[in-house]
Amino acid sequence: MLSHLPILQVIVPLLAAPACLLLDRARAAWLFACMASLVSVAISGLLVFQVHQFGALSYSLGGWDAPWGIEYRIDLLSAYVLLIVSGIGALMMLAANTAIRTEVPSERQPLFYVLYMLCLAGLLGIVATGDIFNVFVFLEISSLATYALIAQGRDRRALWAAYQYLIVGTIGATFILIGIGFLYSLTGTLNMQDLANRLPALENSATAFTAFAFLMVGVCLKLALFPLHLWLPNAYAYAPSIVTAFLAATATKVAVYLLIRFHFSVFGVGFAASVLPLHSIFLVLGLVGVFVASLVAIQQPNVKRLFAYSSVAQIGYMIIGIGIGSATGLQATLLHLFNHALMKGALFLALAAVVFRFGSADIRHFAGLGQRMPWTMAIIVIGGLSLIGVPGTVGFISKWYLVLAALERDWWPLVIAVLLGSLLAVIYIWRLVEVAYFRKGEDEVCREAPLSLLIPTAILALANIYFGIDTRLPVYLSDSAAQMLFGGGP
Amino acid sequence: MTALLALQLTLVVPLCGALLIALCGRWPNLREAVTLSTAGLLFYLVIQVFGAVERGGDEAAALYVELWQILPGLHIALHSEPLSILFALVASGLWIVTSVYSIGYMRANQEKRQTQFYVCFAVAIFGAMGVAFAANLLTLFLFYEVLTLSTYPLVAHKGDDKARAGARTYLGILLATSIGLFLPAMMWTYFVAGTLDFRPGGILEGNIGGIGATILLLMFMFGIGKAALIPVHRWLPAAMVAPTPVSALLHAVAVVKAGVFTIAKVVIYIFGLDFLVDVPHEVIAVYIAGFTIVVASILALRQTNIKRMLAYSTVSQLSYIVLAVLVLTPLSEIGAIVHIVAHAVAKITLFFAAGAIYIASKKTEINQLDGIGFRMPITMGAFAIAALSMIGVPPTGGFVSKWYMIAGAFQIDSYFVLIVLTLSTGLNAAYFLPIIFRAYFRKESVAPPKSHGEAPLPMVGAICVTALLTLLVFFLNGPLVAFEMAVLGVPR
Repeated sequence: MLSHLPILQVIVPLLAAPACLLLDRARAAWLFACMASLVSVAISGLLVFQVHQFGALSYSLGGWDAPWGIEYRIDLLSAYVLLIVSGIGALMMLAANTAIRTEVPSERQPLFYVLYMLCLAGLLGIVATGDIFNVFVFLEISSLATYALIAQGRDRRALWAAYQYLIVGTIGATFILIGIGFLYSLTGTLNMQDLANRLPALENSATAFTAFAFLMVGVCLKLALFPLHLWLPNAYAYAPSIVTAFLAATATKVAVYLLIRFHFSVFGVGFAASVLPLHSIFLVLGLVGVFVASLVAIQQPNVKRLFAYSSVAQIGYMIIGIGIGSATGLQATLLHLFNHALMKGALFLALAAVVFRFGSADIRHFAGLGQRMPWTMAIIVIGGLSLIGVPGTVGFISKWYLVLAALERDWWPLVIAVLLGSLLAVIYIWRLVEVAYFRKGEDEVCREAPLSLLIPTAILALANIYFGIDTRLPVYLSDSAAQMLFGGGP
Repeated sequence: MTALLALQLTLVVPLCGALLIALCGRWPNLREAVTLSTAGLLFYLVIQVFGAVERGGDEAAALYVELWQILPGLHIALHSEPLSILFALVASGLWIVTSVYSIGYMRANQEKRQTQFYVCFAVAIFGAMGVAFAANLLTLFLFYEVLTLSTYPLVAHKGDDKARAGARTYLGILLATSIGLFLPAMMWTYFVAGTLDFRPGGILEGNIGGIGATILLLMFMFGIGKAALIPVHRWLPAAMVAPTPVSALLHAVAVVKAGVFTIAKVVIYIFGLDFLVDVPHEVIAVYIAGFTIVVASILALRQTNIKRMLAYSTVSQLSYIVLAVLVLTPLSEIGAIVHIVAHAVAKITLFFAAGAIYIASKKTEINQLDGIGFRMPITMGAFAIAALSMIGVPPTGGFVSKWYMIAGAFQIDSYFVLIVLTLSTGLNAAYFLPIIFRAYFRKESVAPPKSHGEAPLPMVGAICVTALLTLLVFFLNGPLVAFEMAVLGVPR
């Protein structure tokens, strides 16, 4: 049984999706989906333990060994990301029942869970598989489910946002497919490890180089790297709040994982470095992304949009970490992957509570919210402090490692830029705090969000503090994973 | 009980106290009993730690405990040395007095949300203890922010628009300076020195040089907004919307002293006096402090509201401490440390008196004080003693600290410092003496609607105690100075 864990990780949510369709009653579908997502958390926890104990796991699908069959390969990096995705997915699922009550019509709710489980399965599949074509398949599964999930938004503009994302996402996926095609024609294999063995010999081939470029651009579209981020704010703003929370905390993380996987494992860090200054490009785009997105975030009247732009900025930090090009920089990226999932998860889930009460996340609803929804607002403050990077929260840990990595290289301007970026975060968080605590609300009667929504949010907020103080788990995992990718350690 | 246990309990006790106070909210008498006994217990614990530091030797050296490791090399750790024990003694000792005072004040004024008030107060003391006993800059920073956040509800206590606006300035400036400057300065320190521990002689020597060290020093000075250097001083007058006991303990003692205490710690244990002398242009910092002293005194002169005047006087007096710390001679350091105590007891007396006047007569403006010395002789007597200490007249504590500051300035022949000290003494006299004159030598222009005498007994008692302490600092300065010499590495 335990040896089948890698495939169970994907197959459980994948099979839960049609089961939810068959159940066809919102509540039953929700309970089933909850169970399935909790099981997948348990599986990913076990996987982390197994990988920690015995090293990377390899699983041949249907008993067909690689390179003929599809290989599922779980190393520390994928186990780490699986844990993040399934953990967040389960917490969001716990809150989903209440959160979608006001946002999705009841007859469409069972369908919502189907799409959610498909999306989760797709995301987990991308991370679990060791086969590059399988990555594309799961990417499409998760993307198609995501388009449909975004389109569930109550605002009619959700359709437009979903369509926009559909176009951009399809371009991204097509780029990735083209890249995969080139690689296959060049090397005759789709297995990532085989590719990693054969590619170094082909470094000077134009085909390999083209494949590399297509893959990088395609993945950067999916992870919304500035300036390819334009689909993201609309999609996050108009999707149902719980979908926003789920996507913000998982989908972009998986795309960053994919970037790291392609860049470090498949092609190798040094690939095409002489032709293409990829790290410098990442540094510049990351920095510009941090500043532009933060400045735009400051001006947003809709808080969901505000945090969507903030996400673009935070992705900038992750890309900067990769761009530094050292093990510490990569570790900072991996830590921020984990930490950003916690903070944005908490923030968007708290926004779901606001939307639940007010119908929208416009900033005018926040007037006096400190008194009306004290717990929700306290959670937003904790998430905000974490976003800024105050000690005692997870945000500080990732900033700390990022600055550490920059200092290892003696890149002082980068250090200053990162700290200035945090100050921009102070501005947009403060704007929210100011309205919520220092402005009187209009006389609408409004109560705290229901407990079923508040408890998962509070768990995430507490996780922000807990992992800001007890950093052993994420630091150990990210450190080992970064060492592994740089070929230093296990 | 071992001193090490006592050291750890100084953090546990106020926090448990806060919890108990919250639970006893429904029974005011029980709640106040909890506050008082927590304060008493805390003071006892601090005395225990003090005893160990006083005896010195191995016992004092063992007063170090690592509570938690956040990242490799970054710990939450506590320790105790003469400077921190002094701050802890002042804050915890005056907490007892202030608790007695606030019981009188809050009840006489029939304030709302008293439970929240006492809970936040206890949490603020927890923050102050953490600041005092922090063994490294990170721990200090965490408790510094606890202090900021826990005092915010106290400043906004009244809940009206004015209180909220004041609280906004308060929180905004303190958070922005600490996150924008203090935190980056701390990270910078770690990355050049590889540690954040407070060590005798500093940790920066040889790790940073030239103009970088100057910038770092300025980042610390303005980043530690609680020290209220101009232009980051505006939160202090804004915080005067708080109830008077808050202004008294927190904004004359715990919060502001946490600020100057942090600056002293940074200068002595992070930079190190010997290293800082060699930092280019470090004298800029002295000029900033001197400028703050003079300008804040002039601003105090222009105030008509008693509490606001006291606030500006605090801004100016805090910069005395910063200035003396930065003069970097042994005598001036002693002056700074003594002034932490002398100013604390005197300023708390002044605020207590202002609160007593408000409770007894509802008067808040200086020009209403004509003849009040006859109605409230004890309060105004205490006020006069404290005001003399502010000016630096013997036999009050303010004289001792000013003596050492001037002596320290002579050690390096800094005429700038001497001029600033003389000028501000004159200005202090110019805004304190007229009040005493009004109170005793002018007739009441209009009789108050209701004849009144002194404020309720707990308040008057508290005022007498702190006024007495102001005098005691003068008479007992010998042991105090001898004890604090250890900060400078002088063996006792």
